[in-house]
Amino acid sequence: MRLKSKDLLGLKELSADEINLIIDTARPFKEVFTRSIKKVPTLRGKTVALLFYEPSTRTRTSFELAAKRLSADTINITSTASSVMKGESLIDTGKTLEAMQVDFVVIRHPMSGAADVLARNIKASVINAGDGMHEHPTQGLLDIFTIKEKKGKIKGLKVLIVGDIAHSRVARSNIYGLTKLGAEVRICGPATLIPKDIEKTGVRVYYDLNEALEDVDVVNVLRLQFERQKENLFPSIREYMLLYGITKERLRRAKSDVLVLHPGPLNRGIEITSEVADGLESAINEQVTNGVAVRMAVLYLLAGAQ
Amino acid sequence: MKIAIINGRVINPANGFDRICDILIDNGKIVSIKKLTKIPENAKIIDAKGKIVSPGIIDIHTHLREPGHEEEETIRSGTISAAAGGVTTVCCMPNTHPVIDNQTAVEFISLKAKNEGVVNVYIIGAISKGLKGEEISEIGELKSAGVVAISDDGNPVMNSLIMRRALEYAKMFNLPVISHCEDLNLSADGVMNEGYVSTTLGLRGISKESEEVMVARDIMLARLTGGHLHIAHVTTKNSVELIRQAKKQKIKITSEVTPHHFTLTDECAKTYDTNTKIKPPLRTKEDVMAIKNGLKDGTIDCIVSDHAPHTEEEKQKEYDLAPFGIIGLETLLPLTITELVLKKVLTLNEALAKLTINPARILNIDRGDLKIGAPADVIVFDIKKKRKIEKFYSKSRNSPFLGWELYGFPEVTIVNGKVIMENGEIYV
Repeated sequence: MRLKSKDLLGLKELSADEINLIIDTARPFKEVFTRSIKKVPTLRGKTVALLFYEPSTRTRTSFELAAKRLSADTINITSTASSVMKGESLIDTGKTLEAMQVDFVVIRHPMSGAADVLARNIKASVINAGDGMHEHPTQGLLDIFTIKEKKGKIKGLKVLIVGDIAHSRVARSNIYGLTKLGAEVRICGPATLIPKDIEKTGVRVYYDLNEALEDVDVVNVLRLQFERQKENLFPSIREYMLLYGITKERLRRAKSDVLVLHPGPLNRGIEITSEVADGLESAINEQVTNGVAVRMAVLYLLAGAQ
Repeated sequence: MKIAIINGRVINPANGFDRICDILIDNGKIVSIKKLTKIPENAKIIDAKGKIVSPGIIDIHTHLREPGHEEEETIRSGTISAAAGGVTTVCCMPNTHPVIDNQTAVEFISLKAKNEGVVNVYIIGAISKGLKGEEISEIGELKSAGVVAISDDGNPVMNSLIMRRALEYAKMFNLPVISHCEDLNLSADGVMNEGYVSTTLGLRGISKESEEVMVARDIMLARLTGGHLHIAHVTTKNSVELIRQAKKQKIKITSEVTPHHFTLTDECAKTYDTNTKIKPPLRTKEDVMAIKNGLKDGTIDCIVSDHAPHTEEEKQKEYDLAPFGIIGLETLLPLTITELVLKKVLTLNEALAKLTINPARILNIDRGDLKIGAPADVIVFDIKKKRKIEKFYSKSRNSPFLGWELYGFPEVTIVNGKVIMENGEIYV
């Protein structure tokens, strides 16, 4: 079995089989890290360009490590240090990379649809590392991988995503991936941060966190972006924390073996307390490890689809 | 020059005339509308057998971009695009650079249109100085310079007091106030209709309510002042219903829709094609249905293009960054025929009324009526022939209809008794 498209732009268009293929492929790659020589020659001779129009620590490093562990060559293009500051368009940048025979372009961009537009205009495989509020497929995949590893399955699990759903590409990718694999997905946040018609994706909407947490197996906590307060989407950070912060006490409503995820970076003490983030339920560090394995799997499978 | 258009089905919505006969044109005017017993010598003969002959289209909402954005369109290229689309009269909006908010600017357009335009051009002046929505422009002076309406189109008039004053003041000059209904605080930085599609695409939405609250407000101000309010580019079910109720209360209100708003929905944005990025945005199936019903029962008076050219460089950007707007002069008639007439939403007569005599009456323009002595603005088109849209006469190509196959393309466009377009060739 292989992936149908040359690109990975989102989880909405992937079939459940394709998602499972990536998860199953990631498992043996995770094993590679435990060796003393953490490299396999699978993508030797291939070039991966990391085109990041937005700052990022974990995602960029994760992709870079994934590519290098597969023995690929990597190049980094961050917008501030490049022609983008001179006004070069996204498509022109893509074509320049293509002219240099790059095999993969991993793109992170502040605007929704950027990865789609790039993929349509260049022959290289495009991997969406997060475009605006649209999708962050590898994050969704690593979250699913983490849940599956800890819980043994996805189907039938109650998964809650908490926070600013409206502006979150992580939430969207999680929603598409988890519903496709049969999880019961709940979302919770202030009404002003829940996007229109989201129930049509099959999720259940809650405004009350206590209610939402009842009996859940997994809680995925989203980072609060402080700028949103200026847009009158919530009155203050304090109120957000009081109503939607994940604390040990609140977590008691969930199942006793609840798993806590967070895409990072954390705002400790706001959407999540240190007690929870560093506690036994937390798989946050595990997510980071799994991220490299999942990204190795994606590169490997897309190389096969090229 | 004499022109004889023979054997065509002549439809004149102004008086319900619908008959196979001939039209004779001489010296720029219509000389006769009847079966000719003898065709005059040296008359140019146009055989319209099996085709429709109607008044030329009067498009009361276009953007010609001159002065200021001649790279997108000029009065010349825009009027050529009009002629290609069977539009013999265009009304151009004042959101140019500089804005058409004073007599000199109006005269500039008049002169340019006279010297370089190939169809009739009527001018819409600004409601407020610089389109800022803070002070009403010198409406009296604009009227004497020749404007046929005022509008801040592109922008709403956010300040309700300014809108009230504009309606009151313009009433003195018999000028309709054309309102672009959008609450900018509600629409904020939205780029498409707010709904399931915008949620899954991760694009900021423009709620239907951002249009509806302003439609409601403007209707009340029209009722208060007795001024003539014309609602531009209606897009939602509730807007249509508000206008319907206002008409029942005999408020002086008229309204228009564009073909893209009765043909497309927000689903088109799924590919992130910026030729689907328009203001007001493409809405949903229920709104398209409501617009069609509004056209049927007369709530919506006319169909316009809202022709808004943009260069390829401007549109070839990320969805958030691309400017709003699509061209429409050349698809106005074909979309009306294909989506409304052939799909039995309107009869041919009703559809043509919405494109000719209705807009003429709204702006008090003495055109759109095939009568003896009238200036000969006539078009010939075929509703049985299908054609694929492959190129545009406009300077710009920003249209979501490229590649579509439609019926009802104009074959001959005559303006003031002169053949400007025939079988795709422009004669200027």
